Amino acid sequence: MSVVFEKTQLLTDKPFHYCPGCNHGIIHRLVAESIDELVKEGKLEAGNIVGVAPVGCSVFAYDYFNCDMYEAAHGRAPAVATGIKRAKKDTLVFTYQGDGDLASIGTAEIVHAAHRGEKIVTIFVNNAIYGMTGGQMAPTTLVGQKTTTSPYGRDEAWCGAPIKMSEMLAQVPGSYYIERCAVNNTANIVKTKKAIKKAMQYQLEGKGFCMIEVLSTCPTNWGLSPVEAMKWLEGNMIPYYPLGVYKDKGAEAK
Amino acid sequence: MALTLMKGSEAIAEAAIRAGARFFFGYPITPQTEIPEYMSARMPEVNGCFLQAESEIAAINMVYGAAGTGERVITSSSSPGVSLKQEGISYIASAKLPCVILNVMRGGPGLGSIQASQGDYFQATKGGGNGDYHLLTYAPASIQEAIDIMMFAFDKAEKYRVPVLFLADGIIAQMMEPVEMPEMVDFKVDPEKKPWAATGWKPGDDPAKRAVINSLYIETEALSVHNEALQATYREIEKNEVCWENYKTDDAEIVVTAFGTVSRVVKSAVDELRAEGVKVGLFRPISVWPFPSDALRETACRDGVKAVLDVEVNEGQMLEDVKLAINGDKPVDFFGHLGSQFPTTEEIKQKILEMKEAK
Repeated sequence: MSVVFEKTQLLTDKPFHYCPGCNHGIIHRLVAESIDELVKEGKLEAGNIVGVAPVGCSVFAYDYFNCDMYEAAHGRAPAVATGIKRAKKDTLVFTYQGDGDLASIGTAEIVHAAHRGEKIVTIFVNNAIYGMTGGQMAPTTLVGQKTTTSPYGRDEAWCGAPIKMSEMLAQVPGSYYIERCAVNNTANIVKTKKAIKKAMQYQLEGKGFCMIEVLSTCPTNWGLSPVEAMKWLEGNMIPYYPLGVYKDKGAEAK
Repeated sequence: MALTLMKGSEAIAEAAIRAGARFFFGYPITPQTEIPEYMSARMPEVNGCFLQAESEIAAINMVYGAAGTGERVITSSSSPGVSLKQEGISYIASAKLPCVILNVMRGGPGLGSIQASQGDYFQATKGGGNGDYHLLTYAPASIQEAIDIMMFAFDKAEKYRVPVLFLADGIIAQMMEPVEMPEMVDFKVDPEKKPWAATGWKPGDDPAKRAVINSLYIETEALSVHNEALQATYREIEKNEVCWENYKTDDAEIVVTAFGTVSRVVKSAVDELRAEGVKVGLFRPISVWPFPSDALRETACRDGVKAVLDVEVNEGQMLEDVKLAINGDKPVDFFGHLGSQFPTTEEIKQKILEMKEAK
């Protein structure tokens, strides 16, 4: 019998701790498959992969990605990845960060990693809320969205409009490739994987900083069922955070 | 070997390179900016990496990243900048990553001054970041001593898997002294010796050998085990790595304690008073964590010693360790200067003579 499907090598056997309906599982899988494929295609040595986990729901990512892993302080993953990449130039280095980690406490680190054109890939999972601490307002929380620290809904006059990281980082001269994706349906899942793999490939070619933002649901803290959460993402998040390529120096060059 | 006249900051930076450091991450702050400046010119000559970070927070996290690959990594800053690094230092200590951190102390608190001070003793020896951890901390009193310590600092950091901190001050970094610079050490990462480092694990290898550079132990039992292991390392360091200098203390009636550059002013006072027949000596901790408590007790608690005087350029921080060591067996007095002003030989002599007359 021929093998038609194999579990990706880049994930360990440890069961995910994520809530039902959370998108982290899909996104982990896409990252792992992309790297796996690059190894199988002979573009990357199997031992030359290092990932950096954030603080947030994906804090235990070091238990799931089957490669050398770091756990960074909250928001500091891009600085940690910088240190790794400068020390191991031939290594594929990626950070995996949420919106509290990347868009709030870690803004300096992500902006300057992009600014330096750091040859790393950042997977930015944006679910518009702090999941791990139990559903507080993030810089990405939508206007009017209720959270445990915005019980009356996010008030734009009081705490600003949600921050758009992909748009912002596309403006930084050092960034190379920035795309916003979602994993709300099969077509978008396929697109997301393509984007992640392209970003990884750019890094292997020695291009600059790449970030793939992935819009994600948080059924638990949004107080919705997984299906309702996906609908809420489609009806509210995607309109405010439009999907698409915000910058691709590789495509411009062609 | 010939002596060369060198500025402290440059000599320390060169010594780090000769000790095998090939990665420097830092941020400009007076009075240590000559260290990153020197590194920016020198690192490319040795195929090393100098990178100016966007902040001290980023710099120490770059250290975390690079040190986790097993390379020899160093960062430097001065007091307010070292405060910013504390988060990262706590993570590095818990993740057991060897590295060297330089604090060229200036006046505090807050922005303080840009002149030399010793106000960060508490931060260096009692914590600084969160949690139960220590840094192997040296307080050099001369440029040569800083160089000599640097030549074994990485070895100690790697042996115990702890960060080594230099608690220097602005005077050491800014002054010039003739120094003997050691030969370049040949350093290469040996994955066999650093099984914990991210050196190229791949699927199919022993899962236990996969590098996970981490400080999170969500289960309390696991955190206890981790912390007990850290504490065992600290006890080992306390046993093996204490160092100090005794200067004319054999027959001293007054023992003066001082660390870092101010100890040299004390030495001058001791010499001048000895010439006048006053029996006074200096006890100088070189490692301030671990603090040489037993050695201080041996020096200062014997018969014949009438009193102890602690001299610091702060409000009396090491004084607490001195008092703990003496444990009430002798009177302990303090002479300190605030605001980054170093005491003169005359002032210290005066204080010692007052203590003598009070007996």
